[in-house]
Amino acid sequence: MAAITKEKYDRYIDSLKFALYCISHPLDGFWDLTHEKRGTYAAANTILIATVLIRILKLRYTSFIFMTVYWEDLNIFLYIASILFPLSLWVVGNWGLTTLFDGKGRLGQVYMATCYAFTPYPLIQFPLMIFSNFVTVDEKEFYAMVSAISLVWAALLVIAAMGQIHEYSAGKNLLFTVATLFAMLVMIFILMIFFSMISQGVSYFISLGKELLFRL
Amino acid sequence: MQTMKKIVKGAAAIFAGMMVVTATPLTAYAGEYGYTYNYDYWGDVQESPDFYNVCKVFTGSDLGLDTNLKSPDGIFTYGNFIYLCDSGNNRIIELKRDSAEKLEVVRIIDSFEGDVEVKTFSNPTDVAVSEEGDFYIADQGNARVLKLDKDLNYIMEFTKPDDNTLDPSLVFQPKKLAIDTAGRVYCIATGINKGLIKYEADGSFSGFVGATPVTFDWTDYIWKKFASQEQRAKMESFVPTEYENIFMDYEGFIYATMAINEDKASKTDNAVRKLNLMGNDILVHNGEWGILGDLYWGSGGGYEGPSVFTDVTVMTNDIYVCLDRNRGRCFGYDDQGNIVFCYGGNGNMNGYFRKPTAIDCIGHDIYVVDALDNSITVFVPTEFGQMVYNAIEQFDQGKYTESGESWQNVMNQNGNYDLAYIGIGRSLLRQKRYKEAMEYFELKYDDENYSKAYKQYRKEWVEDHIVWIVLVILALFLIPLGSGRIKRIKHEIDTADIFMNLQDGEK
Repeated sequence: MAAITKEKYDRYIDSLKFALYCISHPLDGFWDLTHEKRGTYAAANTILIATVLIRILKLRYTSFIFMTVYWEDLNIFLYIASILFPLSLWVVGNWGLTTLFDGKGRLGQVYMATCYAFTPYPLIQFPLMIFSNFVTVDEKEFYAMVSAISLVWAALLVIAAMGQIHEYSAGKNLLFTVATLFAMLVMIFILMIFFSMISQGVSYFISLGKELLFRL
Repeated sequence: MQTMKKIVKGAAAIFAGMMVVTATPLTAYAGEYGYTYNYDYWGDVQESPDFYNVCKVFTGSDLGLDTNLKSPDGIFTYGNFIYLCDSGNNRIIELKRDSAEKLEVVRIIDSFEGDVEVKTFSNPTDVAVSEEGDFYIADQGNARVLKLDKDLNYIMEFTKPDDNTLDPSLVFQPKKLAIDTAGRVYCIATGINKGLIKYEADGSFSGFVGATPVTFDWTDYIWKKFASQEQRAKMESFVPTEYENIFMDYEGFIYATMAINEDKASKTDNAVRKLNLMGNDILVHNGEWGILGDLYWGSGGGYEGPSVFTDVTVMTNDIYVCLDRNRGRCFGYDDQGNIVFCYGGNGNMNGYFRKPTAIDCIGHDIYVVDALDNSITVFVPTEFGQMVYNAIEQFDQGKYTESGESWQNVMNQNGNYDLAYIGIGRSLLRQKRYKEAMEYFELKYDDENYSKAYKQYRKEWVEDHIVWIVLVILALFLIPLGSGRIKRIKHEIDTADIFMNLQDGEK
């Protein structure tokens, strides 16, 4: 812990500030992110944590006009996983595919760029969450639109980021975005098969054990 | 002594624990619903204190009839008089309500005088009485709607509509009817799904009004496109459903109920329509859920599927009560379409039904006819129910403060009652206590009313703090402007000739 030097701290703050440059100049920004080593994992983690945190805060502090939460059914871990699980699928799927097709980005870089692309979400949703408490139903459309902008912006940034770190052309980038989504589905399918196989295997041995105990 | 006490205490605790453990399944078996319940914002069932109590169940012998009732099918109330269609015995019984627990038979109507061939009824299914005392009787077995004067003399009859879109071989079977103050007759007949059959006062057929909207989903449509002629004939056709029953309210609007299709309906659909003269649906449904009775349609106690509203009645406070013949329950809704109460069930006990067919009300009392029990059940509001009615009526009369107090009393008895919170909120809103009103609306997620209150609250806040707001805005403009000017002056001083000269001189 003591190893946090002034230099490291400055670099962290710098890389965090660089996120703002990335979201306003995506093509230039995401190129420099990896090629000029302007981004850090610490900053990427910070943005990801901020995203998850804002998403949880929104549950409680958004006005009930826009978001009613059935607290009895809410599982906070599942809720957190609803961001982290697709994110990890995306990162692994994207890296797995692009690495076979001349993608220059490494696994960590894919992760870092994706996290950086999330920046508009906490940046917009946090003020919006506070703002939501000062409006009436008649002004609902404004909230919905700004909220949608933050999501669309983040999604476009993810696509732009992938193109830059893999050094892909626009067409190839779009193709691999779609392919990655498909890869995510395949992975979910395989995971489901895997878990059902495991559970069946386990239950086989359990029933075998029961049978043995019964006969002995 | 101390240890002894401890042992006794421990034993008592264990015993109490066992009681709880053994008692819990018993209460759970009593059904997932209590007798009276409510649906909250989330559509969860919230137990409620009883809203209505059974006052008395009248059978034929209780009424002093020689022959017992036989599958009674319709009931109509007018003033203190109740007209019961004793369909199985081909007669209509006129009853007078002396008090809630006393009904007196005035006369038994089984035939009439006049210039017509058949002077008796055959399976009369519904009856209505006009202000002049004229009887309108759906004489189903004789394929006519009769109009008799108050001394039971034949005036006229309404027969099968003269409409060439109707199948000529179709036998006219009037099922339910309603009349308006001008003497027009609205009638539902078996096998006619074009809406309500409307007759003018002179007996002429003047058209169909208010056909139910046709619902189908696009998958059905696509299937039908690809199906062969024979397959298509076997499929369900996209036609309006027939109405189950109609009721003319005190303002002249017709409440009509219809069965909803389990496969296609969503939980926000309505099984009740309120028709104006044009036949348009003007029912207000601002509630979170549709006006369709129970929200859970799974199998339970041998019954499944959506509620089927076999009849509806409207009180003068605009609360309408629908009777579900599927699960034998009554559902009350207010004029905004919020659920007020649900109670009842299928069974043999008083307050439960076997085959409920008709419902009507006198004041707040509810009369339910059961065609298998051959009985009329009289329900009177409990103290709790009366309190809710008071609160609603006081609000309608403009007594907002009193209404708020009544709702507070309601809430003291039932803290799970969404309407009580919203009622208190609406009362506070009228009293211009916006901040408090907002709290109550927020508790029950009433965004419309919350916004109304918040809008006023915000306006007041801005008016109170206008000086500060102007100051802050001014400051936001002036400070950067001012700081820019100061910087410029400073810069000018720094670069002024005299000082530069001085500096030069120093050099």
